Order: sequence, then structure tokens, then C-alpha cells
Amino acid sequence: MRWLVLWLLFPATAQAQGFAGLGQGGEGFALPAPDPTFAFPEDHGPHPDYRIEWWYLTAVLDGADGRTYGIQWTLFRSALTPEGPQVWMGHSGITTPDAHFTGETLARGGIGQAGVTAAPFAAWIDDFAMTSTATDGDAYDALAVAARAGAASYALDLAATGPLVFHGDDGFSVKSESGQASYYYSQPFYEVAGTLSLPAGDVAVTGQGWLDREWSSQPLEGDQEGWDWFSLHLDDGHRLMAFRLRGGSPFLYATWIAPDGTVEALYDGIEIEPLETAGVEGRDVPVRFRLAIPAKGVDLEVAAVNPDSWQATLFPYWEGPVVAEGSHRARGYLEMTGYE
Amino acid sequence: MLRVRDLTKAFDTADGPLPVLRGVSLDLAPGETLALTGESGSGKSTLLYLVAGLDAPSSGTIEIGGRALSEMDDAARARLRRAEVGLVFQQFNLIPSLDVAANLAFHARLKGGTPDVAPMAERLGLAEHLSRYPEQLSGGQQQRVAVGRTLIARPRLILADEPTGNLDEATGDAVLDLLREAAEGTGAALMMVTHSERLAGRLSRRLHLRGGVLA
Amino acid sequence: MRAALGALLSHWRRHPLQALTLIVGLALATGLWTGVQAINAQARTSYDWAAAQLGQDSLERIVHPGRDLALADFAAFRRAGWPVTPVLEGRVRGTRVIGIDPFTAPPGEGVPDLSGADDLTAFLTGELAFGGAGAALPIAVRRLDGVAPGTAVADIAAVQRLLGTARIDRLLLLPGVEGDPASVVPGTAREAPPAEGDLDRLTDSFHLNLTAFGLLAFAVGLFIVNAAIGLAFEQRRPLFRTLRAIGLSARALTALLAGELLILTLVAGLIGCALGYLVAAALLPGVAATLGGLYGAPVDGGLTLAPAWWLTGLGMAVAGAALAGGQSLWQLARLPVLAPAMPRAWARARAATLRRQGAGGVALLAAAALLGAFGQGLGAGFALLGALLLGAALLLPPLLVAALDGLSRLVRGPVAEWMVADARQQVPGLSLALMALLLALAANVGVGTMVGSFRETFTGWLDQRLAAQLYVTGADEAQAREIAAFVGDRADVLPIVSVQTDVAGAPGELFGQPDHPIFRDEWPLLDAVAAPWDRLHAGEGALLNEQTARRMDLWAGDAVDLGGTAWEVLGVYSDYGNPRGQAILGLGAFDAAYPEADRRRLALVTGDAALRDDLEARFGLPPDRLVDQAGIKRFSLDVFEQTFAVTRALNVLTLGVAGFALWASLTTLGTMRLPQVAPVWALGLTRRAIALSDLARATLLAALTAALAVPVGLALAWVLLAVVNVAAFGWRLPMLVYPGQWLELALWALLAAALAALVPAWRLWRMAPARLVGVFAGER
Repeated sequence: MRWLVLWLLFPATAQAQGFAGLGQGGEGFALPAPDPTFAFPEDHGPHPDYRIEWWYLTAVLDGADGRTYGIQWTLFRSALTPEGPQVWMGHSGITTPDAHFTGETLARGGIGQAGVTAAPFAAWIDDFAMTSTATDGDAYDALAVAARAGAASYALDLAATGPLVFHGDDGFSVKSESGQASYYYSQPFYEVAGTLSLPAGDVAVTGQGWLDREWSSQPLEGDQEGWDWFSLHLDDGHRLMAFRLRGGSPFLYATWIAPDGTVEALYDGIEIEPLETAGVEGRDVPVRFRLAIPAKGVDLEVAAVNPDSWQATLFPYWEGPVVAEGSHRARGYLEMTGYE
Repeated sequence: MLRVRDLTKAFDTADGPLPVLRGVSLDLAPGETLALTGESGSGKSTLLYLVAGLDAPSSGTIEIGGRALSEMDDAARARLRRAEVGLVFQQFNLIPSLDVAANLAFHARLKGGTPDVAPMAERLGLAEHLSRYPEQLSGGQQQRVAVGRTLIARPRLILADEPTGNLDEATGDAVLDLLREAAEGTGAALMMVTHSERLAGRLSRRLHLRGGVLA
Repeated sequence: MRAALGALLSHWRRHPLQALTLIVGLALATGLWTGVQAINAQARTSYDWAAAQLGQDSLERIVHPGRDLALADFAAFRRAGWPVTPVLEGRVRGTRVIGIDPFTAPPGEGVPDLSGADDLTAFLTGELAFGGAGAALPIAVRRLDGVAPGTAVADIAAVQRLLGTARIDRLLLLPGVEGDPASVVPGTAREAPPAEGDLDRLTDSFHLNLTAFGLLAFAVGLFIVNAAIGLAFEQRRPLFRTLRAIGLSARALTALLAGELLILTLVAGLIGCALGYLVAAALLPGVAATLGGLYGAPVDGGLTLAPAWWLTGLGMAVAGAALAGGQSLWQLARLPVLAPAMPRAWARARAATLRRQGAGGVALLAAAALLGAFGQGLGAGFALLGALLLGAALLLPPLLVAALDGLSRLVRGPVAEWMVADARQQVPGLSLALMALLLALAANVGVGTMVGSFRETFTGWLDQRLAAQLYVTGADEAQAREIAAFVGDRADVLPIVSVQTDVAGAPGELFGQPDHPIFRDEWPLLDAVAAPWDRLHAGEGALLNEQTARRMDLWAGDAVDLGGTAWEVLGVYSDYGNPRGQAILGLGAFDAAYPEADRRRLALVTGDAALRDDLEARFGLPPDRLVDQAGIKRFSLDVFEQTFAVTRALNVLTLGVAGFALWASLTTLGTMRLPQVAPVWALGLTRRAIALSDLARATLLAALTAALAVPVGLALAWVLLAVVNVAAFGWRLPMLVYPGQWLELALWALLAAALAALVPAWRLWRMAPARLVGVFAGER
């Protein structure tokens, strides 16, 4: 789940109302309901009846130069009212051990500058593009992804080695004790290959990718401040998504994904605690966590590849690749919001 | 020629009316020369100005050539001055913007004449100064121009107020001689205000004002 | 020291009129100057805002000569990675509306803050716009500081709906992109940002006028101040002498007087600033309307007051007072202790002064003539203006004296002669006030002539330029052809084609012109070869606009480079208001050279009144695509009326200042003149006659001054039109004269003089005889 949402939505009230105003009501919008039935390829496309939605890809990569890299490709959709207009925002990121590049672009819907089509699947804003290259099977099985991030850019091909996985209760993902929820599924099994174009030159990369799809209308409790979100590829083939919502009523959740795609939703027994903070952009942000799920034999120390993975966008947040040691060797992505 | 009866004049001041003349009567015949003497503030200049029609008396009558000034308005009095009266003052007699020739001729031309100023200028020793302006003349020269202007205009009554007050004795005497000559030569009456006993003695008659009445 | 200061200041208590004159003069001078400056500053701030909006002053554009651009083109460029942002401008109910895309517009000027609750939604849905004063749209307009009056910023889609169009005007391209846009959208091309400061250069002419007026008013005011200070120093000479005699050093005395002057100046300066504010506030709406209408330059009608503004105003006041009082202070510092206590007789120095003034005036006029003949550039133009006006002012007293000398030989009778002689004698005392009057009148004649010439020439030129009755732009060439077919023989259809290209080496515009009587008959050429039109349409050469001809010194018969091809210049035409180079080819030659040019614009020469409505009904053309000539002309004339209103107001103010100067001088002289009039009165003129003659004399002097002001004003106009304008803007306006205006102005001058003389004359009329008599008896 990716909780970052458009600054555009309620920026003036963001601080009082939870991060980026996500705590506000969703009057007039469709609301997620339990026991969802997904239909593909339609649900790969946009759901304009819901207030917010995103296509959110992260990948942690090995460069031919032996270094660890990370990329982010995100397209947000936001309906300003149930009747529209639709507003799109693209974020891109490229993280190297010693640098971080950010791209951001905004567009209105309806004129072709940004949008998503389900079949054939394509998502784009400006020259940020995510296009299905699958010839059969699910449209998400194979993707071509490209974006610019500041002075750098990337072009990657993704191939899925496992099925789509559905979080929470079959894709109905509860976000608080009082029941705010979203539709949320992922494709966490990507093998990635491609090229990063960095100011110093091109780097061939391979690695693992994770695509999140989520849409909702009223997802966050008013008193929740932000979140720490992990997506990890474990060395035994498991995938783990875990997050904690910070604030008045803390909420933790994890999805434990077996190598075959079998999913287990965990609502307790999750331990997430920061071990070390670093000064980033004038604020203290955790850059090393302990993440443990004793029931699954998981006890990891997760560290940022580059503590300065700061996305200095209109609404800034931290997003970057991480590596983990402990019960497993793992790597993946960390997203943190709401740190002031 | 001149007949003054029971003339009074009071000036308005902050402390009420200030009487300057308290009943003056006098007569002046053609050809007669009268010296009017008195202390400062005795009213002698005021009397002269009233006679000239420059100001109006509080009461009493002034007749010049049989015509009562009190019957006249401002314009008529101005006409009378033009026609009958010649004035010579202690200073500022001349029109600064006109040269000597124009000053000499001015009064006579106002009366409607077309005078030839050359002989008079010659007589007064002003021939070389005709194109000069008053400010370029000495005090004596200025007074000679003023007297010359009066002589050329040939008024029937010449009124002079300390005409030699700013002049040294010799120059003053010369100016006085001119005035006497004018009166005697044309039959005009001369009334001259002076505080100089010596000059007063050179005229045919003298009156002394004290406290606004003739002593 | 304190006692000395008290003694010095007591003078002003005893002569309140002099203090008033000094303060009012300085305040008027400062007020008019700062007022004009405030107007200019306000206008320029507004331009900067407008020019910088969205970076339109500096960003390259992408245009499509062949058809309208649409938002789909914008999306295509964005998806190709081109950082572009769309702009659409138009007018809705008199409000200039600018459509932007808030997501891609470069941050900064002109992009409203949409972070308020629901603001973005309202903006994108076209329910909210942001505007300056007076902006009114069918949708809500929120006042936003910094947005020009009558201008609103709205979402581009909202503006498309308001204008009833699906097009956009252009795409602004953020820097750093190489490449040919035609590879993304065929047919598109890059276009350089508009030449730097087009708006500034266009409106410079207007501001130049205002500044010139401000400066003249200031100069006029300084004459008053100079006179007042000079008089106050003159009258206090006995006091100075006494103070010096009891041991005050010349240095201390000078310092005291300088301090006194500074205090008075600061008081006057503050009043002046307040006055300037009032002037600016009163005139600004007119100025704003003028600039907005004339050049599309948005100016905020509300005045903002900056502290710098007050400081500048006070600075001007102090500088002015220093200028006006410097001479008096200088003389004082060198005054011997036993200098004569009597006021210096005017006439004693009269001849010498007149000679000096005459020589100085002649020298300045000679310098002006030399500058006019050989000077180059704007600096020389202004130097010429200064030399001309100052020279004329210095020559005024000797010329007046000469004129009065001549008159004195003509008049008959002692009273008339005295009157003329007295007028002659008054000239030195009134000379400063009369110089002020001369400058005010000359400025009025000059600026009036210039504005009038400009108006007449410009409207005449507009008639030529707008010879067709309707101007139509099709959405694309196909629609343009449809329109032409629809019109059929109801009108002569003349294509308007142009390309942006280099004209004589500088970016400019090249037109293709069809052969039609409206051009042959109506377009006067400033310079031409034989049979220019025949040769133009035979493709043998080009016509060049006046700006380019003057700038590059290219005239009929010369060769000019147009977009890389050399053409013979067949003629030169007037092209007012356009700062760029422009040239015209015959349509055949143009089509051959530029087959890709935009062919959507048509001029329709027709007498068919119904055609407009038919076109509108048939093609649904939005108002900006179907423009009629009458509307444009009406609009232009309204604009000029506005200009006149401002000019007239400044005229009246300047004249008022000069009238005040005259009144102050006459009133002061009135008391000093008693020795002049008393002898005349004693010799038999009534006070009434003398008072009337005083009135007549003031009027006479004003009339003579006005007579001299006409040639000076015409010279001024000539300099403005033929030197300053050419240097500043590259075109020369023919000078047209308006004797009716002069007559009216002369009458105003006489009225001003008579009014100025009225009070002193009335006082003389009503003066107690005792006071006049006092001249002869009293001490002076």
C-alpha cells in the first residue's frame, strides 16, 4: 500500500487532517467493500469513481558495476470530486548508493497527457510510461517501464515469475481499527533488466521489482500521522509487505507471500522499530529498522542503501532501496511519510 | 484761489479716532506763497494732502478755484488734481518707469497739452539727463525734475511737502527758488509744508500748525 | 544662534504670503513630478508582471503556422518529453483572460496559489479565476494582488469554454530542449520569444510624454521657488547685515539660512508627496485605461505607495530647493558686512541682466540648433529639448522688453505710454513667473501638437491598414477556403499571409500582399521608386516599413535582405506602433518563397452589411476570429480620448502652476510697487484706472508670452516628433498644427494672468489713500 497521495487533494488541511489529507471524508465517492471480486484486465485500468488510485512500481537492482540501485515509477490518479476532474501525478526516483534523483510531473485528465488504459495496458504521464508487453496471460506479466528522474532516466523490462497477490482479505485491505479500507493487490515477482542512464553514464542493471495497485476513497484515520512501509524480497523466495501507521491509533499489518504466491494476512505479531535516524532535509528520519514477525521466523535489520533517498516533490517523502540482514538476507524498498 | 474752512481730520486707530486737524481755516490768493510749519505730527502734511484731494477730510470744506472738493467723487478729484494742482513731495515724486523727459512732460500731457520740455530742461540744467531714469539721478536732480514737471503743467495751485527735506542747503535753496518763481511767474498759489524756519521765511506768508490748529 | 534663527524665521511670520509661495511652489513642483513618476512606476511594474507572466517574455514558443494548436498537441509534446505549457488568451466582456495549465506552467508569476481548500477543483472546473481590479468574467474571479487590472487568469479549459474555442494560442517551451518540434507534431515550429520589452518600447512613448510633463512642471515650480527665495533673501538683507554686524559669521548665517530652507523644503516636500499621490491616484485610472487600450498593456488602477516613493519625492524637493536657493545662499556667503541695505534696484542691473539673458538664450538656442542638425540618439534629443526650452525662457525677458519698446513707439497718450513703460519695468520682476508661464504654454502647445499629430496620423493610418471591413481567421486552411467560397462575390477576399523571418538582419515579419485598389490607392509611401505597386506585384522587389528603413538607412532603390534573399526596396511605408522590422512582398513572390505560410487569415472588402452575421451563423466563428473594422476603430478612438483626458489634466495642472507663480509674483510686487503708482495717482489718475491698467498690463505680458510660446511649443513638438520619437521608436510622425488650440491656450493664459493680477489690482483699487500718501511722507 502506498499512502502518499496528491498534495492537491487537501493540502491546506494536510497537517491537521493526517498526512496529505487522507483522513478526510470520501462523500460521494465509491467506497471499497469487503469480499471484492476483481476482473482483469479491467481492474488494471483506472477506477474513476474512487478518489485516489495508484500504479506504483519499485525495483531494487544490481548494476553491472557491482553497486546496488533502486528505481521508483509511480502514477497517481486523483478525482477532485466524484464528477471529476481527474488529476494525474507521476513520481519517479533513481537511487544510487551516493545519489538520489527525483522526477515529478502533473497533468489533467482527459486530454491525453496522462492516463491509463486497461487493454492494452498502458499507463503514462508525459514521457513516463508503463506499457504491457505481455503477449498472453495477465497484462502485468510483462511490462516495459521508462521515466526520467531529474538528470537521470531509466528504461526497464519486467517479467513476472509469479501470480498477482491480494492483500488483506482477498484484496480488501483494512487500514485502521475503525475500518477504513482500500482495494489492494500487487505483482511482487518481477525479474527486472534494463539500463539506468545516469549523469556519469549508462549502467546495465538486473534485479527484482514490485508493483502495487491500490485504490480507495477514504483510507486513513484522521489522527494517523504517516507510515513506514516495507516491501522485501527474501532470499528464500518469500516476499514480505509490512507497514505501520503511526499516530493516535497505531496500526500494523503484514502480508506474507510464499514463493508460489500463497498469501497470509497478518494483523498482529509484527514488530517494527527504528534503530537509527539520520538528518535528511532538516528532519530526523529512521534509516535502520528492526522488522520482526516471530511467527514466521523473520527478524531483520533493515538498512537504507542511501539514507538520502529523499523525494523532494511537492509533498516530500522518503522512498528508497533497502537491504536486510538477520534471519534472512533480503532487499526491497522502504517508504516513509509524515516525518517532520 | 484756495479756501479752507473748519477743516478737521481724524484717523481711525486701534484706540479710537485720532484727531489730527481740529478745525483749520485758511485762504490763499493767486501768486501768494504760503509756508506751513509745525512740529512733527502737527498735521501740516495731512492738511496739504487734504487740500490736494488725495484724502477726504472728516469735516469742513475745501474750495479750489471756487469748487468744493467735498462735492467731488474720486474721479473728479483726480481730474481736479490733473488740471489745477501741482504736487511736489519730499521723495518719490517721479514715475520710475519713465525717463526724465517723459516725467517732465507727464503732468502737462495728462492735462491734454503737448509740451516742449527742452527749454525747461535747459533751464533746470537737466538737458543732458533727459533720457535717464529717475533712479539714475541725484536727489537734487530728481526734485528739479519734479518742480520742472509742475512748472510745465502750469497748475493754479502748487502744493509742496518738504520738497527740500532730502537735499543739502544749496540744492534746497535752488529748488525753493524754482517753486517761488513758478508761483510768481504764473500767478499760481504755492503752499509749502516745511519744518525749516529759514525756508519758511523766504515765502510771502507763513502759518504755524500746533496740535491740529493754526497758531 | 537661536536668537538669530528666531530673527530670521520671524520674516516668514510677517510675510506669510512669501512662505506660502515658497511652500506651495515647491509642493506643486514636487507633487506633479512625483505624481507622474508614481504613474510611470505603477505602469512599469504592471508591464513587468504581464511580460514576465509564465515567462512569456523569455520563453521560446512552439507554433503551428498552418492550423490551430489544440490541447492534444500539448499532450503530444509532453508525452514526447518536451517541457511545454499551453497558453490561450482572449477577451471576455472586456476582461483580458489568460488560460494556463496550472500543472505545467512554470512556477512563479501569474500562476495562482491553488492550495486553498477546493481551489484547485474550482479552478480546474472553471468555477474560479484569479484577477486584478475590474476583471469580470461569467465565473467567479478572486482578487489576486499583482494581477493586472482587467486581467484574469483561469484554467485553459475554462478559457476555451469562455471563448467558445478548442484551440490554444501557443505552447511555451521551457529552456534546454534541442530539436525540431515538427518531429513530434508535423508542421510545428519554434518561435523566438517576442523581442525584448516590446511593450516597454511601445509604451515608452507615452511615458516619455508623462516624464517630460513632470519635468516641465517641476521646472515651472522651481521658478516659483527661486523667485520666492530670492525675494525673501533680498528683503532680509538689512537683517542679514545687522546679524553680521553683531558678530554672526557669514558661515553661520549661511548655515542658518540653509537650515531654514531645508525645514521649509521638507514641509513642502511632504505636502508635495501627498499632492503627488492625489495627482497619481486621480490620473491613474485614465492612464491605465489608455495603456491597456492602446497597447494591451495592463496597468493596475490602484496605487501602491512605497517608502522609496516618499523619499524620492523629498529628495526631489530638496534638490529643487537647493537649485533654486543655491544662488542666493552663495551670494549671501560672500556678502560684505556693510552691503547696502536697500533692495537692489532692479533697473540698475537691468540692462546688464537683459544682455546676459539674451546672450545665454541665444547661445542655448544655437546649441539646440546644432544638436538638431548633428545630434544623434535619444540623449541628444533630450539635450536639444533642454537647450531649446531653457534658451527660450532666457530669451523671454529681452524679447518682452524689445516688444514693449516697439509698443511704446506705437501707443499714444501719457497714460498708455506710462502703462507700457511700466510693463517694461515690471519685466525683470516678473521674469521668472513669465518664464514659468512660457514653459507651461510651450509645453502645452508642444505636447498638444504632438498628441494631435499622433492621433490624426495614427487614425488615418489605421484607416489605411483597416481598409477591409471584416477580418476572418479560419480554424485551418480548409475552413479558410470554405469561407472564401462561401463569401463568393459578396466581397473581395484578400488573403493575409505572413511569416516570421529576418528583415534586414533582425527578427521581423514578412507579408505577402495581393494586388487590390485598397493598397494601391490608400497606402501612401514615404519613399518609392517609379511604379512601385506594379513592380511589387511583378515580384521585382519589396516594401519596407519605416522603422527598418530608418534603422538600416535603406530607401527606395537599395537592396534589403529578407530571410536570406536580397530584394530591391520599392518603397517605404509608415508602420506606427510596431517596434519590429516588417516588409511586404507581392503575393505571387511571397507564395513562391513561402509555400508553408499560414493561409488562414482573410480580409474581406465588402459593402455587404449582412455578411458578418452570415459568416458567424454559417461557421460559428468566435469573436476573435471574426473582427470588424468599425469595432477596432471605435476602440482605438476611445483609447485616444483617454490619452487626451490625461494630457489635458496635466496641461491644466501645469498652467495652474504657472498661474500661481504669476499670482505670487504680482502679489509680492504689488506691495513693492507703491512708489511706482503713487506719483501717478498723485498726478491725477484714479486708483481704479491704475488698477485696471495693472490688470491690462499683466494680460499684455501674458499675451506677449503666449505669442512667444507658440513658436517655442512648435519647436518643442518638432523635436518630440522628428528627433526624440525617431531616436526612440524609429518612426517619424508628420507634424500637424492646430491654431485653434493655440488660440484657446492663449485665452487660457490671458485668463490665468488676469486672475493672477485680479487680487493685487483689487487691493490697489481699494487701498486707503493714506497708504499711498505714506509713500511720499513715510520712511521706507
